[in-house]
Amino acid sequence: MSEHTEQAHHIVSPKVYVAIFALLLLGTAVTIWASYVDLGVLNPIIALGIACTKATLVVLFFMHVKYSSKLTKLTIFAGLFLFMALVGMTLSDYISRAWGSW
Amino acid sequence: MSTTIVSLPDQSTARIPKMNYLSKENGLLSWLLTGDHKRIAILYLISITFFFFIGGALAGLIRLELLTPQSDLMATDTYNKVFTMHGVVMIFLFLVPSVPATLGNFFIPMMIGAKDLALPKVNLLSWYLYIIGGILVLVTMITGGVDTGWTFTTPLSTHYVNTNVLSTGLAVFIAGFSSIFTGLNFIVTIHKMRAPGMTWFRLPLFVWAHYAASILMVLGTPVLAIAIVLLALERTIGIGVFDPSKGGDPLLFQHLFWFYSHPAVYIMILPGMGVISEVISTFSRKRVFGYTAVAFSSVAIAVFGFFVWAHHMFIMGVSNYAVLVFSLLTMLVAVPSAIKIFNWTFTLYKGSITFETPMLYAFGFMGLFTIGGLTGVFLGSSGTDIHLTETYFIVAHFHFVMVGGMLMAFLAGIHFWWPKMTGRMYPEKMSQLAAVVTFIGFNFTFFPQFILGTLGMPRRYASYPPEFQILNVFSTAGATILGVGYLLPVLYLTWSLKYGAIAGNNPWQATGLEWQTQSPPLTENFTTMPIMDHEAYDYEWLEKQKEKEVASVG
Amino acid sequence: MSDNSAIAEGVLETSQHEHPDYLRHHFHDVEQQADASNFAMWLFLLTEVMFFGGLFTAYLIYRNWYYPAFVSASHQLSIPLGGFNTLLLISSSFTMAMGVWCAETRRKSGLVLCLLLTFILGLGFLGIKTIEYSEKIEKHHVPGIHYSLNSFLDPDSDAVAKAAGDKPLPLDIARHTEIYFSLYFAMTGMHAVHMIIGIAILGFMIFRARSGAYTDGHITFVENFGLYWHFVDIIWIFLFPLLYLISRH
Repeated sequence: MSEHTEQAHHIVSPKVYVAIFALLLLGTAVTIWASYVDLGVLNPIIALGIACTKATLVVLFFMHVKYSSKLTKLTIFAGLFLFMALVGMTLSDYISRAWGSW
Repeated sequence: MSTTIVSLPDQSTARIPKMNYLSKENGLLSWLLTGDHKRIAILYLISITFFFFIGGALAGLIRLELLTPQSDLMATDTYNKVFTMHGVVMIFLFLVPSVPATLGNFFIPMMIGAKDLALPKVNLLSWYLYIIGGILVLVTMITGGVDTGWTFTTPLSTHYVNTNVLSTGLAVFIAGFSSIFTGLNFIVTIHKMRAPGMTWFRLPLFVWAHYAASILMVLGTPVLAIAIVLLALERTIGIGVFDPSKGGDPLLFQHLFWFYSHPAVYIMILPGMGVISEVISTFSRKRVFGYTAVAFSSVAIAVFGFFVWAHHMFIMGVSNYAVLVFSLLTMLVAVPSAIKIFNWTFTLYKGSITFETPMLYAFGFMGLFTIGGLTGVFLGSSGTDIHLTETYFIVAHFHFVMVGGMLMAFLAGIHFWWPKMTGRMYPEKMSQLAAVVTFIGFNFTFFPQFILGTLGMPRRYASYPPEFQILNVFSTAGATILGVGYLLPVLYLTWSLKYGAIAGNNPWQATGLEWQTQSPPLTENFTTMPIMDHEAYDYEWLEKQKEKEVASVG
Repeated sequence: MSDNSAIAEGVLETSQHEHPDYLRHHFHDVEQQADASNFAMWLFLLTEVMFFGGLFTAYLIYRNWYYPAFVSASHQLSIPLGGFNTLLLISSSFTMAMGVWCAETRRKSGLVLCLLLTFILGLGFLGIKTIEYSEKIEKHHVPGIHYSLNSFLDPDSDAVAKAAGDKPLPLDIARHTEIYFSLYFAMTGMHAVHMIIGIAILGFMIFRARSGAYTDGHITFVENFGLYWHFVDIIWIFLFPLLYLISRH
């Protein structure tokens, strides 16, 4: 059954693109600035958090996922889920090793 | 065996239809540049059969060496190369593409009512990547082979051997992309190209099984790719990611390698399970019991299959916590497979069972896969695994599931759909004989290996203590019988191309859209877009169709 | 014909659906075709996620194991260069998105301009990468036989390390900096390979766009390439903080 894709019908306006572009640049600047400030354990969390936000903006708007079908969203979710499983489960082995350099 | 459901047209007047996918165009280029999924399937069939016999010859060499306790037929280094190449060829060049690239390619579009796969050119590219990978493996073999085992364990493969690790790695990398593109094609096709009325739960279970396997192909294989890239960099430049002297961890390679290679075994078996669903239903004239459970169990195997990989690494130095978690998850992954076996058994119950060749192979599958699967549970339990791993128990386990299971399913599928692909029937008595010979040969070859494993014979050793000889001789004798059993189909199937009985549209009286078309099918599969208005495995619908047909003949 | 009687009669393709010449015969209509190829591209991007995923896994493990070595080693990277590269790539994502909009709204010269800008920005990124890599080669920070630990054993001998205020590392910890650079080169190298492929395809698209392709209603190729390009950008969005900004205080 052919599913109607909303992508072809919904054209994202350049204004949105400019706004996202600005946000991405802002995010980059904040990340660089934050790396020079000692926030202890928050440093990597902030850096990754901003990176994830930027990536989400690119996915939702530049890649039109906000206006895409449920299938597209599910596909992305499946990939991210498996990526987290690879990273998480492998790291859990390393973290729990007695002879690791923690 | 006196009853049969085979229903052939009157042989004195029957002819192969003049217009079909084989006769549509002629010439080598029409095959090498084809976009027709059926022709690509045939190209694959010829290629994988070729590589199967290469892998089989290597197996023969292994069994010959193991006739005697000493390493006397070949040097131990050579033996290492022989079993490594046997593994590489059989896994990457035979088992992974076997059912998906041949039967899946041929029948998924037909089963869902489509004219072709979604991406025909990508399909052809898949085949070329496979051929390139295969040729590279052959070149590797000719130029000295590789002896690390198909698992390329570091640091042996990165720091200690002088053999062709890089070219084998490259070959596997390329063949991996062949697999990825096939899986990708299947997922897109199944989602986007089903005919009207063909809802997800009216799909044949063969399609569900391939859908699940395709998810594994698409998501798992890239991790193998990056493992090989890192392996190559480590081996050539010495980057240090797997090198303890530079702070690297050799186990990281194994994590990345097995993250693919465990799902790989489900990539190999799921399509075979799809075949078994079709065969058991047809030859017991009954819809598959618990359709939804079987469909969902395929997906469950795919999902759970991603979370158990470290059960290949219990003795390698992973943490006790990891051993615990992965052992527990491995117990869970056995459940969906068991569900399938139960459902197939309940399909047989009160069915009208006949014993045509595909059904014989299916019975062989059910018995041997069950044994192989149960021994997998022994291995998933970390306490017993510590004693059984790296012994012949493992070798027997995976040969039971892969050869006793998957290869039998492949043969079941080839025989089942041979009439549809070629328009000809194979000789039934000869094929039943071959199936029985295979079953006997298989058990003689691999059952002794369970015993050898529990007695402590290590795997990948060219020599062994003399007290193990008698069982090894049994095993080699069985391998000879097995070889005959595999050679026979090549001979009589080729024979049948010219001399086999004309099959007609539906010699098995099976349900499924592919059986409603001519044999061999037209290039475009259907002349009009089919509309699916009945459930899968609906034998009453089939009866009504036959009545309509009879009524309409003047 | 034998199959007609057995299957319920299907609906013949009606002339309601357009039949442009780019519609492949196994699809019913252009919508199904565009939909299928879009989904296929997303699945391909999933494979890329898992491919890079292996590298990110390796990175996270070793960063946690050898944090001091990773900090010192990361100080060898130039934030101005890396930051500027990030700017270039984000801008190229913007121009690519605008390119797709031009294709959707049938603006031929706009499309060509946007593709050209994306192309140039991409080349700029690679140019700066070349500068960064040559600096690494000069200072013997490429893993392998020529790898040198001097910058980490004796930071005062290295202008960059001195400026960052690095302390000398003990020998066994200094050795672990090689792993950092292995991952640096593997990850940015793999990323660069994807950029090169993307730029090559961009070149091809500019050429085609100038003769009117992609602005005639058939935008699938540009749209799907856009997805690929944005994905490559996303990888860099993660690589930059992970490799360059480990700890600068």
